[in-house]
Amino acid sequence: MKKYSVFSLAREALRYHSGWERAWASPDPKAEYDTIIVGAGGHGLATAYYLAKEHGITNVAVLEKGWLGGGNTGRNTTIIRSNYLQPESAAIYEKARGLYEGLSQELNFNIMFSPRGVMMLCQTQHELRAMQRTAHANRLAGIETEMVSPERVKEIVPIIEIDGPRFPVLGGLWQPRGGTARHDAVAWGYARGASARGVDIIQQCAVTGIDRDASGVTGVQTTRGPIRCKKLCIVVAGSSGVLADMAGFRLPVESVALQALVSEPVKPCMDCVVMANTVHGYMSQSDKGEMVIGGGADGFNNYTQRGSFQHLEETVRALIETFPMISRLKMLRHWGGIVDMTGDRSPIIGQTPVPGIFINCGWGTGGFKAIPGSGWATAEMLAKGTPGTLAAPFSLDRFTEGRMIDESVAAAVAH
Amino acid sequence: MSSRLATGGRRIDRSKRLSFSFNGTKLTGFEGDTLASALLANGQDLVGRSFKYHRPRGIVAAGAEEPNALVALGQGDRMEPNQRATITELFDGLSARSQNHWPSLQFDIGAINARLSRFLPAGFYYKTFMQPRAAWKHLFEPVIRKSAGLGPAPTQGDPDRYEYFYAHTDVLVAGGGIAGLAAARAAAEAGARVLLVEQDSRFGGRSATDGVVIDGTDAEAWVAEQVAALSAMPNVDLRLRTMAAGVYDHGYVTLYERAGDRDPGAAPVRHRLWRVRAGRTVTATGAIERPISFAGNDRPGVMLASAVRDYIDLYAVSPGDRTVVVTATDDGYRTALAVRDAGLDVPAVLDTRPDPKGPLVDAVRARGIRVEAGRGIAKVRGTRRVTGVDICAQAGEGAVIEHVPCECVAMAGGWSPVVHLWSHCGGKLLWDETAHHFRPDPDRPPTGADGQGFAVTAGTASGPMDTGAALADAVEAGHRAAKALGHDKGAPRIPQADGTADGPPAAVWMMPHGAGPELRGKAFLDFQNDVKVSDVQLAAQEGYQSVEHTKRYTTLGMATDQGKLSNINGLAILSDSLGAPIPEVGTTTFRPPYTPISLGAVAGEARGSLFKPVRRTPIHDWHADAGAVWEPVGDWRRPYCYPKDEESHRDAVNREITATRSGVGLLDASTLGKIIVSGPDAAAFLDLTYTNMMSSLKVGRCRYGLMCTENGFLFDDGVVVRLSEDSFLCHTTSGGSDRVHAWMEEWLQTEWWDLKVWTSNVTEQFGQIAIVGPKARSVLERLGGMDLSAEALPFMAMAEGTLGGIGVRIFRISFSGELSYEIAVPAGRARALWDMLLAEGAADGITPYGTEALHVMRAEKGYIMIGDETDGTVIPQDLNLGWAVSKKKSDFIGKRAMERSALTDPDRKQLVGLETEDPALVLPDGAHAVSGQTNRFGQQETLGHVTSTYWSPTLNRSIAMALVSGGSRRMGETLDFSLEDGRIAKARVVDPVFLDKDGERQNV
Repeated sequence: MKKYSVFSLAREALRYHSGWERAWASPDPKAEYDTIIVGAGGHGLATAYYLAKEHGITNVAVLEKGWLGGGNTGRNTTIIRSNYLQPESAAIYEKARGLYEGLSQELNFNIMFSPRGVMMLCQTQHELRAMQRTAHANRLAGIETEMVSPERVKEIVPIIEIDGPRFPVLGGLWQPRGGTARHDAVAWGYARGASARGVDIIQQCAVTGIDRDASGVTGVQTTRGPIRCKKLCIVVAGSSGVLADMAGFRLPVESVALQALVSEPVKPCMDCVVMANTVHGYMSQSDKGEMVIGGGADGFNNYTQRGSFQHLEETVRALIETFPMISRLKMLRHWGGIVDMTGDRSPIIGQTPVPGIFINCGWGTGGFKAIPGSGWATAEMLAKGTPGTLAAPFSLDRFTEGRMIDESVAAAVAH
Repeated sequence: MSSRLATGGRRIDRSKRLSFSFNGTKLTGFEGDTLASALLANGQDLVGRSFKYHRPRGIVAAGAEEPNALVALGQGDRMEPNQRATITELFDGLSARSQNHWPSLQFDIGAINARLSRFLPAGFYYKTFMQPRAAWKHLFEPVIRKSAGLGPAPTQGDPDRYEYFYAHTDVLVAGGGIAGLAAARAAAEAGARVLLVEQDSRFGGRSATDGVVIDGTDAEAWVAEQVAALSAMPNVDLRLRTMAAGVYDHGYVTLYERAGDRDPGAAPVRHRLWRVRAGRTVTATGAIERPISFAGNDRPGVMLASAVRDYIDLYAVSPGDRTVVVTATDDGYRTALAVRDAGLDVPAVLDTRPDPKGPLVDAVRARGIRVEAGRGIAKVRGTRRVTGVDICAQAGEGAVIEHVPCECVAMAGGWSPVVHLWSHCGGKLLWDETAHHFRPDPDRPPTGADGQGFAVTAGTASGPMDTGAALADAVEAGHRAAKALGHDKGAPRIPQADGTADGPPAAVWMMPHGAGPELRGKAFLDFQNDVKVSDVQLAAQEGYQSVEHTKRYTTLGMATDQGKLSNINGLAILSDSLGAPIPEVGTTTFRPPYTPISLGAVAGEARGSLFKPVRRTPIHDWHADAGAVWEPVGDWRRPYCYPKDEESHRDAVNREITATRSGVGLLDASTLGKIIVSGPDAAAFLDLTYTNMMSSLKVGRCRYGLMCTENGFLFDDGVVVRLSEDSFLCHTTSGGSDRVHAWMEEWLQTEWWDLKVWTSNVTEQFGQIAIVGPKARSVLERLGGMDLSAEALPFMAMAEGTLGGIGVRIFRISFSGELSYEIAVPAGRARALWDMLLAEGAADGITPYGTEALHVMRAEKGYIMIGDETDGTVIPQDLNLGWAVSKKKSDFIGKRAMERSALTDPDRKQLVGLETEDPALVLPDGAHAVSGQTNRFGQQETLGHVTSTYWSPTLNRSIAMALVSGGSRRMGETLDFSLEDGRIAKARVVDPVFLDKDGERQNV
């Protein structure tokens, strides 16, 4: 792997950049791999990367039906935070956030992690109390957050209206080391890192069937032919139910479209991420200058990956009340991504009823922030054959045992 | 330099002079000008700076596809960034500023990026700015953010109004060019209701400028005739300045009407967002001309050929004295003719095709204009505007054959249908090998619920660029749309266009074909984002081979024009780099809106007081007059407390509690949810939805009920009253009534549709007043009309009657532990009753109290509050409410879930009371009890958390409730609560019922 640096950039400039090599290889699938990961999104690629890096397992293929990073990794609003309430969530999201901090250097690919801070507004007494609880939980979990006053909210986010007529801002939960990253770069950086360590990333290769015998999984059928494997890990977010069906089991997830939009770019006016849960909306400003806005998920199940309008108006109204200056900005584009929602809004990482098949899904509306931690924990599980400390609480059987990890109290809306 | 011609200008009215300003300079234009045409008429070629390299940018197009001419329009709270000058109608007093430069448009420091462009190829930022780690946040990113971003961010709220329109129509025609008009007429004459919208301020599109003749009349007259005919039809509605923005499932279309942009401050409505349900949508959206990729094609003065003739014909603007036309099509020759007809010079037409021929070519040659076949542009000369072009052989590598001085270059790269609306909702495209564009595949339209295509393309939007074919297609489309909806009066007549079709265009994706890296690095694809041919080639080389990867890696097509000019050229370059055919490479996804629409329009009227309107109880105004401090609860506002004079909130709460517990208090409980559940199966239904047995409740009696989710978690509570054998009144939490009602309906409609049950949310039909305290009964008795003795109305009973002349329903229930009556009264009589109670209770010092006193009093009694003691993870048993979970019923929602191992675990968190060692210390909300150990994650281990915590004036000490692991076994233990500053507060685990454990106060 050719190292990226300002020096290599200068060197290449002199020869019209003719010497840059492919960021990741594009091999044909082999007949068999030790481990196949289905889904080359952030989570799948990170899993492959950490399998190779942390566990030396490189006879691995990542199969992708479209183009890598083309699902929710490339559609989300790029928020990274770890201010979760429950200890289990706090542990894995904080692991992820910590890995994000050094990821550009580790991958030698600038993923532009920008710890510009995440502000979660409190706009009712109830929300204030809930956030106070979260702040206490975060402190004890070693996650740096603090409750801040409305005046401090205004100081950090000058464009905010804190004395709005309907839901004045009563305070905020501030995570100074949360922020955003360039979502595509996360996928590309992991792909490049995994590929350099020998992982085969195979795009345009849809899994059409899963082969199993009495002892468990034996391989997959794909649009590029059958591929055998010893272990199979399904990391396909909104399509998890479809893959589970091929493998012969059911998942407690529903797939719905989550809506997002961006405005036209403007000069910097807001550094941090602001989430307004009472009115339902969140917003940050990308390095390009676009206001990146997210809101609710559609109220019906589907797989279309399209934007629909009914949630946008609510989201935009909420944000205009919170940031009156955005009213004269223009919506550039809006879209949807299919998120896989579990009953407790926490992910599933674990074994499945089929021996040899593992799953990582259910990140719902908040998967991007978890990518490094999720990949790290999933790789550990695949390497050892059993979930480690971080992944263990998120097993599939928690639903049959009633061992929920419910985060809805901490984030009543989409993450 | 561009200038105004002495004559002509189809759209401008020279008798109406308008003054406007650009970057503070006063300029004038005419009525009918766009800001772009007026700027050009004033010689303002340089209008902005590009995004990445801050290169000088001029106007390149004349319509919605313009990528460069973005201005900050208006001032103060009416400033709008990034407005396209090409679609901005000029008005008197317009003020515009150019964007993305410092210190000035002429001299921009950021232009240093252009000098360094070789070092800043596509994606350079992914390869650098990584060391040291902190530098990204503190150094690199701030600089990048500042240099990006285009227009200034508004700083103030928006004073303008926006509104929604709703429309249902049979056929929606998007686009009012000749195809749209023809399609609309065909559909309307078939009998369909038609809504025709046009984004521009005129109908007719390009037809007049392009010299189209239909049915023997010139286009302008033909268009006027169509508009007149359509306007006269009762089933047709025509709208200008209205753009179809997005197409969604089931034929749902949003339209964006710029109703007040020409009249800022005076127009009653700035933008309207239309939400249309159309049986069929006809996309008559026309086509957009493609630029050509040659070095320096981004210089001010290089324009689309069609735009050049638009500016000449519509606005009498000369783009410069000498215009070189560079073309891959016959259509470019129309521009040459238009320029010459305006009395301007065309030094050469450079046709990339080896053997151009046909009537247009002949006409140009006949005018003595030099036509160079097989030629192209090696390079444009000039920095802030074009000074000339270097001509080369298109087939070669760019060796300069000749230098031709000129002020304008007109590019004619061929036309691409506007397929956005077709594609928004899943319509598929075909690659046309002859015309070199993607066009809608009529066999794969976006489909509705019935599986039928709901969109139809018309005119050039379908593919044919020849007027006659486009018109025939449009009439057929309009007819087909109407026919699909059952409207058919036979085949309509197809208007005939004069002239012959243009010859086939050439596919010119790089000029010259063999251009080396130097030229490719100056040939721009995306003018706004500064994406060059070399960038797309680099992306392909580095493995970003999917068109989506290329887009995201290079930012091609991600500018505010969303690739309207750049996408086809870009993906042709990509396809060439990959050695894959264009259709295999495919397009990026077309997302709504077609062009950006204001967020204000998306929000509509729901802002300020109309944003989530406050629900008001019938007694709301009294609270306001009494100086209530408000607390939002659901959509309501409830009084938090009623401070007197200088009283602190805490003092007010304590006073309200003491007055209630020692005398009598009054609470507006109208916000409580009230749902009537009736029908023969009502009792059976409630047995399924509540954990309690409700069927055993006697008529006239009340029971505290719990509702759980399928997972067994408690989500709402309230008192259920049996009004009659088959009707119940279910009280819910204030914030929960809509949710509970929807929950009931969901189960009734999807699971238990066989039950004969009707539910009705009557929350707002009744006011409800709680009169609470030892003197409550005497106050009511003095009002008279009902026997409220303990015998006549015992605890948990209901009585109906008249109180002081007002018909009421009285529930003897208590959320405070006091003797308490909740009086329901028709909403219109609630205020009268409230006033009556206040007057009658005055002698007893009757005291209205707010939500905080309510909370403290319920906590003193150990009563739970949904949302405080519950958080979606709590089952009734955790809250010592196992008694309310029926063991007799065979089923209820949550029953099976409660049997799961984690829900029967004795170490679950259970509700306990807490008494701090220091009675003056009120534990913080949400504080956690810690064990002093670390857990498996290395976090401090927690045992539980505070759910409610208050100062109790009644007990003169702090009280709290907490959910603590294995709590019921910990009675008497002292727990350590970690405070924010790390100190530990010790608290003893006690029974959560702090006051009157035997219920003597209410049992009187």
